[in-house]
Amino acid sequence: MAILEMNHIKKSFDSLEVIQDISLKVEQGEVLSIIGPSGSGKSTLLRCATFLETIDAGEIRYLDERVAWVEPDGTRQYPKKDQLRKVCSCFGLVFQSFNLFPHYSVLKNIVDPMVHNQKRNKTEAVNEAMELLGRMGLKDKADAYPCQLSGGQSQRVAIARALALNPKILFFDEPTSALDPELTGEVLKVIRSLADLHIAMVIVTHEMSFAKEISDHIIFMDKGVVEVEGSAQDVFEADHERMQAFLGKLAH
Amino acid sequence: MSFQVIMGQLAGGLVKSIEIFALTLIFSLPLGLLVSFGRMGKNRVIRSLVWFYISVMRGTPLMLQLLAVYFGPYYIWGMKLGRAWRFMAIIIAFSVNYAAYFAEIYRSGIESMPPGQYEAARILGYSKTSTFFRIIFPQVVKRILPSVTNEVITLVKDTSLAFSLAYAEMFTIAKQIAAKETSFMPFLAAALFYYVFNAIVAFLMERIESALNYYT
Repeated sequence: MAILEMNHIKKSFDSLEVIQDISLKVEQGEVLSIIGPSGSGKSTLLRCATFLETIDAGEIRYLDERVAWVEPDGTRQYPKKDQLRKVCSCFGLVFQSFNLFPHYSVLKNIVDPMVHNQKRNKTEAVNEAMELLGRMGLKDKADAYPCQLSGGQSQRVAIARALALNPKILFFDEPTSALDPELTGEVLKVIRSLADLHIAMVIVTHEMSFAKEISDHIIFMDKGVVEVEGSAQDVFEADHERMQAFLGKLAH
Repeated sequence: MSFQVIMGQLAGGLVKSIEIFALTLIFSLPLGLLVSFGRMGKNRVIRSLVWFYISVMRGTPLMLQLLAVYFGPYYIWGMKLGRAWRFMAIIIAFSVNYAAYFAEIYRSGIESMPPGQYEAARILGYSKTSTFFRIIFPQVVKRILPSVTNEVITLVKDTSLAFSLAYAEMFTIAKQIAAKETSFMPFLAAALFYYVFNAIVAFLMERIESALNYYT
């Protein structure tokens, strides 16, 4: 079963076409990485998938159900309040800038959405959150506030917060771009451990060796178009001038 | 008239000043939030009306607004202006005036919030109302507290404007005693009261600020 399917997505900001007819599919447990130069529309694509931006054309399907689409006459069909909540509960998103809630402790950042939005039992939620923090190596930070954490720790809390809601698919929007190499390592380690848990993931990243190692499937985007796609090996070895130039620049 | 008698009479007026102060805050703080919603809302008609209301409140003297609220009903409907109405008019004028200032403070705070907070809340399943009251507003309060403190301190001194309706708050009484005794002393005593009142207000606001200092 496909967890997520995006078909013929288009998105413009004013007259700038940021995404031009992109389709992709993510199966259960599959890891998809999206790579490409800045401004190629990678993040916008994730934001469309998570309804933070609306699409201008195409359709988005979650769990084989069409949830958002644009009619031929251009009217957008997005799920209404209750259905939207249901759809949203099947995905999580990890931001480049973490977006933890600074006025909540680490534990409350994770527990509050579980209890307040998913109506889970408080004690149960706390136990599960503590276990997640343990897996992130942050058990001792439960009572700390986000301002007391390093970037790497913040991002791991953000991942725990997303995981706590039991998403079927997790989106990562350049999760390590705000981190130095050392902190990047600890976050990538955590993401790698999630791949072993068989959670579907879509990762927008500039960490090429990481993408190569973790991904079942890779998309190289440039100027809103998918230029190369396929298995990790196929993509990195593809004879595509623009992509090799991009990869080459990264290597130096 | 002895110093103690003067202080006693002023203290009586001070109670009334505190009444005006407290009631104004109780009404204008929530009202200001409502007004700021109108100011930032999608509805253009409401937005322009609110903009006009704020510009009048900030652009005309509070003393004049007090007179307008008090005498307005008489000139418009020929309403008899009693004692009870005078107090109500004072509270209405102060609340409506301060709500305009608070609304702009709320707006500045709300608009300074990074969009990432709204986006994270949305992804985590918070409704719009929960997002505002659980995630956004607590952080806004911390951000705007210094500006709110400024307004609250100004309000302490502004309560003296109620003298324009001859309401027996502290300044009115100080003026009466000063006229009767031909002495400046009552004014000095009143100044001392206002100063101490504000010192307490400033102290309390600082306490609240430091209580919110557990995060940045």
